[in-house]
Amino acid sequence: MKKAIFLLLLTAAISDYSMAQKQDYVIPAVDIKKMDGTTFNTANIKNDGKPMIIDFWATWCSPCKAELNAIAEDYEEWQKETGVVLYAISIDDARNVDKVAPYVNGKGWEYIVLSDVNGDFKRAMNVNNVPHVFVINGNREVVYQQNSAAPGDDKKLYEIVKKVAKGEKIN
Amino acid sequence: MKLHFNQLLLLLLAIFTSYTAKLRGQGLNNGEIHGNFQLDAQYYNPDSAIGAQPVPEKFLMNSFANLIYTNGDFSAGVRFESYLNTMLGFDPRYKGTGFPYKFATFNRDNFSITVGNYYEQFGSGMIFRSYEERGLGYDNAMEGVRVKYTLLKGIHIKGLIGKQRYYFDLGKGIVRGIDGEVALNELVTEFAEKKTKIFFGGSFVSKYEVDQDPIYVLPENVGAWAGRVKVNHGGWSFFSEYAHKINDPSSVNNYIYKKGGGLLVNTSYSQKGLGINLSGKVIDNMNFRSDRTAQNNDLLINFLPALTRQHTYNLAATIYPYATQPNGEMAYQGDITYTIKKGSKLGGKYGTTVLVNYAAANGLDSTTLASGLGYKADYTKLGKVYYKDFNVEIQKKVSKPLKFTLFYANFVYNKDVAQGKVNEGFVYANIEVLEFTYKFNDKHALRMELQGLQTRQDMGDWATIVAEYTISPNWFFSTVNQYNYGNPNEDSRLLYPIGQIGFIKNSTRVTLGYGRQRAGIFCIGGICRVVPASNGATISISSSF
Repeated sequence: MKKAIFLLLLTAAISDYSMAQKQDYVIPAVDIKKMDGTTFNTANIKNDGKPMIIDFWATWCSPCKAELNAIAEDYEEWQKETGVVLYAISIDDARNVDKVAPYVNGKGWEYIVLSDVNGDFKRAMNVNNVPHVFVINGNREVVYQQNSAAPGDDKKLYEIVKKVAKGEKIN
Repeated sequence: MKLHFNQLLLLLLAIFTSYTAKLRGQGLNNGEIHGNFQLDAQYYNPDSAIGAQPVPEKFLMNSFANLIYTNGDFSAGVRFESYLNTMLGFDPRYKGTGFPYKFATFNRDNFSITVGNYYEQFGSGMIFRSYEERGLGYDNAMEGVRVKYTLLKGIHIKGLIGKQRYYFDLGKGIVRGIDGEVALNELVTEFAEKKTKIFFGGSFVSKYEVDQDPIYVLPENVGAWAGRVKVNHGGWSFFSEYAHKINDPSSVNNYIYKKGGGLLVNTSYSQKGLGINLSGKVIDNMNFRSDRTAQNNDLLINFLPALTRQHTYNLAATIYPYATQPNGEMAYQGDITYTIKKGSKLGGKYGTTVLVNYAAANGLDSTTLASGLGYKADYTKLGKVYYKDFNVEIQKKVSKPLKFTLFYANFVYNKDVAQGKVNEGFVYANIEVLEFTYKFNDKHALRMELQGLQTRQDMGDWATIVAEYTISPNWFFSTVNQYNYGNPNEDSRLLYPIGQIGFIKNSTRVTLGYGRQRAGIFCIGGICRVVPASNGATISISSSF
């Protein structure tokens, strides 16, 4: 019985998916927190039609921090060239959440840092593990995802962001 | 035919989904389906030298897939999980295949209702946190109903009721809770523009569990409450939460009729280039589960994370990790991140970052009481040492292609308390790491870690070499070699080599590995998983869409 229902659900889901005119992926709306403690709904992740990066990270994730530190060096240039804004979503739980702001400021990051302390936004975005980076176009649709952060991945990310800024298609 | 709650929910989801699909066909609707998938499997070789347990199935697999359907204010989803059979190191009660997680949520204006399974946290989690850590096999999802309501701008209320997930079943106790949070600056217009942001919160949680004990009269309803305050002012931040629980005899606290309490205080200051964090806590008899006989990581209602640094280097993270002792603990921690400016003598061309961390956890200083009340603790004194960790890390970028990190840690580890051993006493260990990354060009890079651990106790000295070659954005090749050269038992001076190849394409990741896995303890947050030694070939696939 369970299986039958699941199959039904799956068929419905697939038919629904294939009927979609465009396979966009609009950012789901979930309440998380800003660094000052205020509630922030992810429906407000916006950038006036310009590209955005959503980067899931944690203070205990070395490759995540390495990539965000690498981007931090060029972030000013990225912003000037493409108008991109980076949302760094910390998935640190109660153990480390109070270390996020000191780390971010200690490193001098200029990103918009948000705290997803119980993984609600992570789940809604189907993130399995960090690092997981999304590039979002001006219509708030996910156009690219990367589930790694190797040295040099930041360059690839910037290539994508530049294409998005010019309105080019991402394959 | 009798329909169970789960099946009914699935049926409703299916009907709704197919219905909206029809609407879509008429151009009326715009739903989306997204999800993810992960599979981890291992083929096990016998290896008696490292004490690998024989695996009669030879091949074991854990996997899951999530599907989430979203349509405007409505979303619904399921998670399929399959353990055929459960991999070593995960609880064997995860066995077989099923849909242990399914939910439907409806949001409108200030109101949100979820039926089915959900995760939630009140405050810091000291009296309630329901969450998942799939990599550890931890999942205490609630099954029931949750309502969230924004009463006024700046006043958020959550209420919930349900039973907790217990592998492919549910715990027998019922958990109920309510939480409110006030954001003063949003509520009071005069405060709106103030630089100081103030938040208050309070929560109440109660569990119901029938008492069938033939001898003791046990409380069937156990209530806990907590209050919290958070203040932010520019670079300053202060957070504190106090929790109280009525007497709650359980197998973990040896069935004492003692009240429980907890206090957490955290303060931090940061400005560009500098971050400081100081925190302290007292936990006294705060084991809280929906089944008083539950042990280990089963049916936990609250979350009591360790107030220590979460280490990332292998030898520091997995040999002597520490988790909070829910029966009683006093702990404090200080943490500094300082970036020496670019262009200065010490900072060099790219700046140098220094991190210093000190954390200590002690038991309670307590006197045993007669009758079933357990003990009385004196919070002005620290009890016996459970754990101490002093560590320093220096990160420096030398040139465009080369950067390195130096790391040193000193641990004092009470093995009897942290690992539940008897008369093994303390372990004193030093750990050093040199890590460097060299970028050959924009795509090719080599990262290496040289790690050493020295101790005269336990398993003696260890060395580890990690080498990882990456070709951005698609490939990685890595080897990890661990050598327990200082083991007091000469037969255990073994080498543990592992090789891995990974292929990444956007959000899909495939990793193949082969080698010997040392026994260790893997922890995330407050939860740890003991991984036994094994030998064999592994495959891991992860994808999201």
